[in-house]
Amino acid sequence: MNLKRFNWEPYLLLLPSALYLVFFLAWPMFQAFGLAFQADDGHLTLDYMQRMFSDVMFSAALINTVKLIIAIVPLQFILALVMALLMMERLRGSDILVYIYSIPLAISDLAAGIIWFSIFTQRGYLNSLLYGLGVLDKPFLFLNYQSNWPFAAIVLAEVWRATSIVFVILVAGLQSIPRDYAEAAEVFGANWFTRVWRVTLPLLRPSIQTALILRTILAVQMFAVVVAIAGRGMTVLANEAYRWYSEYRSPHLAATYAMFILVISLGTAFIYLRALRVKEEMVL
Amino acid sequence: MKRKTSYSRLVVRGLVYLVAVLIALWILIPIYLITIAAFSPKDVIYSWPKSLFPQTISLETLKFFVSAQYVLPSLRNSVVVALLTLVISLVIGAPAGYALARYIFRGKDIFRIMILSTRAFPIVILSIPLAVTFMKWGLYDNLISVAILHVAMALPTTILVTSSVFVGVSKELEEAATVFGCSRVQAFTRVALPLALPGLAASAIFTFVLSWNEVFAATILTLQNRTLPARLFIQLAASPLPFRFAGGFFILIPAITFMFFIRRYLFSLWGITLK
Repeated sequence: MNLKRFNWEPYLLLLPSALYLVFFLAWPMFQAFGLAFQADDGHLTLDYMQRMFSDVMFSAALINTVKLIIAIVPLQFILALVMALLMMERLRGSDILVYIYSIPLAISDLAAGIIWFSIFTQRGYLNSLLYGLGVLDKPFLFLNYQSNWPFAAIVLAEVWRATSIVFVILVAGLQSIPRDYAEAAEVFGANWFTRVWRVTLPLLRPSIQTALILRTILAVQMFAVVVAIAGRGMTVLANEAYRWYSEYRSPHLAATYAMFILVISLGTAFIYLRALRVKEEMVL
Repeated sequence: MKRKTSYSRLVVRGLVYLVAVLIALWILIPIYLITIAAFSPKDVIYSWPKSLFPQTISLETLKFFVSAQYVLPSLRNSVVVALLTLVISLVIGAPAGYALARYIFRGKDIFRIMILSTRAFPIVILSIPLAVTFMKWGLYDNLISVAILHVAMALPTTILVTSSVFVGVSKELEEAATVFGCSRVQAFTRVALPLALPGLAASAIFTFVLSWNEVFAATILTLQNRTLPARLFIQLAASPLPFRFAGGFFILIPAITFMFFIRRYLFSLWGITLK
């Protein structure tokens, strides 16, 4: 038997992407490592890390980021699941609904921040509505950074903007589940909730894991939404990286913050990859 | 097994429609609000309480935004960066997508997992070291540098999406073409490529939107040559309300429009299965 000739074609086709990702993704990552742990004269140092941890804004940025993730991701998941299950109901006009539900996929975090700022600002639409309903007789200062309202506004803006990606992933997952399972369960007398809880959700687990972890990683680097709504009243990790780079002109500390974001993201991505390996039929 | 009465079925059905419509409104109302804000004259924007159903439509606020210093140049910058990003990521990414779709080869799974894991790679970690590097290279504040970074961000998605596009184009057709005397390359350019074109276009549009929307890297990598979101972001705190609202509306609209064109591809492209 002839040995099959080694086929170079796929490797040639992959080469440009692989090189690009090495040069502009992997290499910068190592450089960030260098910036974070190497002083300008080249010797290794933990100074930048210590300065980051002792920075006044650090703990606030970390706590805010974590609090936002905890508030946002579960809400997005529940809303996206409801939206995805609605799509399975074969509603009339579901084409239009799918389009509307996925519009936010294209909306930038900055635009979302500005939009929700226009709602929550002192002379904004929420105050106007509450006045119209007779709840308020003068504008309430929602975006007062000593209250919890800026936080709530950011959560709403992010849930509004970024639920669509979870929705799309879940719908794609639902479409790959054969209807037979749910139908069989129905024949055996399972009601709607039992079918969703016992049949659909377990089968959807791979998509759910992907969606949750993807959203968590993206939420770790939340930036423009927070700044557009809360201004300087509230900070998050990415905002500190930005400020150290642009305002305090310290690429070292900026890179240290970036490394910190990467570590949190990698922790999540690790689970992401594990989840991928377990379930080969994983939907992305 | 007892069938539910048709009456209660009707009620349930009605509730399902109600929820579906309420969620649609939840998404649409904020878009409506920023739209009426952008089309309100300045004095209305500063007034309170505002009408949720304005009687007058005015271009004053949008004109004010467009005529502001730097806005038109940064609009041009945004388009240039997004087009560069789109072209580079498609030229580099589509061949890789094709390879993943068509060939079985050693290392394929590893490559795919690497691509997957970089899909949500934090842009923050790329921006800062690349800004330092570009400074050394003399590329700082250059639109190319923003495009390079946006490609790094978009490439993994481009590869995955183009791969699923080519999976959707039957391999047999390409093989048939070679049987009828086409070379391997001809079979690709004359058969597979035309069939894949709509999907590739959808992928390109998505890349454009990704780049158009990106704020962090664009802000870090530029100083004078800002893209529109970067310009808006930098000036946000110091800007009057009409400027902010018009700016938000301005970056929102192209994104929504493009989304409309690729709506058919949403699930076939972004519901990519690994198998």
